[in-house]
Amino acid sequence: MADKVLMKGNEAIAEAAIIAGCRHYFGYPITPQTEIAAYMAKRMPKIGGCFLQAESEIAAINMVYGVASTGLRVMTSSSSPGISLKGEGLSYLAGADLPSLVINVQRGGPGLGGIQPSQSDYFQATKAGGHGDFRMLVLAPSSVQEMADLTVKGFELADKYRMTSMILADGTMGQMMEPVSLEYDIKPMPEKPWATTGTKMEREHNIVNSLFLQPDALEKSNLERFDRYKYIEENEVMYEEYMMDDAEICIAAFGIAARVAKNAIVEARNKGIKVGMIRPITLWPFPTKAFEAAAEKAHTFISVELSMGQMLEDVKLATKCKGEYMLCSRVGGMIPSPEEVLAAIEKANGGAK
Amino acid sequence: MVVFEKPHALTDVPLHYCPGCTHGIVHRLVAEVIDELGIEGKTIGIAPVGCSVMAYNYFNCDMIEAAHGRAPAVATGVKRANPENIVFTYQGDGDLASIGMAETVHSAARNENITIIFINNAIYGMTGGQMAPTSLPGQITQTSPYGRDTNHCGFPIKVCEMLAQVDGAQYLERVAVNNVKNVKNAKKAIKKAFQNQVEGKGFSLVEVISTCPTNWGLTPKKALEWVDEKMIPYYPLGVYKDNTAEKEAE
Repeated sequence: MADKVLMKGNEAIAEAAIIAGCRHYFGYPITPQTEIAAYMAKRMPKIGGCFLQAESEIAAINMVYGVASTGLRVMTSSSSPGISLKGEGLSYLAGADLPSLVINVQRGGPGLGGIQPSQSDYFQATKAGGHGDFRMLVLAPSSVQEMADLTVKGFELADKYRMTSMILADGTMGQMMEPVSLEYDIKPMPEKPWATTGTKMEREHNIVNSLFLQPDALEKSNLERFDRYKYIEENEVMYEEYMMDDAEICIAAFGIAARVAKNAIVEARNKGIKVGMIRPITLWPFPTKAFEAAAEKAHTFISVELSMGQMLEDVKLATKCKGEYMLCSRVGGMIPSPEEVLAAIEKANGGAK
Repeated sequence: MVVFEKPHALTDVPLHYCPGCTHGIVHRLVAEVIDELGIEGKTIGIAPVGCSVMAYNYFNCDMIEAAHGRAPAVATGVKRANPENIVFTYQGDGDLASIGMAETVHSAARNENITIIFINNAIYGMTGGQMAPTSLPGQITQTSPYGRDTNHCGFPIKVCEMLAQVDGAQYLERVAVNNVKNVKNAKKAIKKAFQNQVEGKGFSLVEVISTCPTNWGLTPKKALEWVDEKMIPYYPLGVYKDNTAEKEAE
């Protein structure tokens, strides 16, 4: 069995990225993810990599765009307000079909918000990372181990599909410490014949670009990208089911909310309530089929989230609004307690007994 | 006997620039320099947003189209990934001196070993002639229809003078391309800016005073004269900083 080390979630992301072959990191300080930058600043110079503190989030994501154009693995990390600034770059990365890894250790919003954990960038990550029709692979870790695992996975998926993978974590995930195993079998990167590394006078010039002034050409590039997205929706969905076999009440939760919900589910099961949970690990592609199947047995869906029902909308869509729906949420940096989740479960079960 | 050839570093794609626009001259000078230094195979160009957005179609080297103003950040990424590549950006005044000012100043402050070709024609050309950060006081544009009022919207930015105060910047020169003598000087400056990078001498920027007859509302010939009469008095030509000479002496 692999040796485990005790690490903060943010540090686990940084080390996993290095293991995955990432040698370029660009970032701008923002709480609660600065440990990633600090870790990279220490490690990169020792391994021939490049840590560079950018003058802004905008510059950082465009440095990512530059490295991604050369085909190398590259990442940036930030927290909610900083991700908004990166939105422009995320759109350009999508338009130019460049792979990259972007970490969002979310904090409360809107505006400057707060520095405590949140999941209120769900819409932004899954539906509106920037202007234009595009998607990002959105991965939601629920443990420090997953912070590391999904970082490696994120790079692999980004390269495979030539798009941005986003780790949608939260302040709790970033700050908490847990034992982690960092043994990975890193596959070689796919060939990147499109990369701008110089023609060496041996081939036609490569162009990394998102501009198509002819509308039919732009439409074609969008449609091709969405064919790829459809394939991803059919092949890359990840989720965990917890006590769903006989569940009449289905909780939807990811990240830290899923961990709180698990405690509440154990309590509720002790009281004889048939409740389970679907924990999306990919928020896009969303585990639509899992929820659709759950709707065969479950009468009520409870979305436990650190936002005002952002994921609840996707649960309703997946289950075609056939059930009853409840939102159990705290926002602004607050986290629902297991008791609050249990109360919601009991209410769904026909009121407290 | 061949008396005139297209540089190899230029593609056969016809340029889309307006008649009398000097982008074509500057493209050619950059391409000639790439040919002369024999660096086409390892050069990566970064195109801006603005009139020269489609520069990626015109240069034979690998090209990247950047978001508006972000070319120096993209260039930073490319150069840090592959320091053996020669990386240049080609940017207009709105791109470099307005929306991308932070990227410009900080790439200079970091002394990125890159080459920036900065086209200053005192106007936003692509969007139809709006006031630029370098539009002259009193200059009439679509968004300063009564002339640029410095009490209302401030003063033009003199990029070379400003960057000369940044320790990281190594070579800054302002040139023009409105007559044969100036074109020859411009070629020399552009060549030096690329040569500096080849020799690892650091951040080099050449500001090229250019024309925009279409949006200046002048004939191509008048536009060339306007450069002498209006632009150069406000933006004097010359070397604003050259640390690379000192390095040679050391």
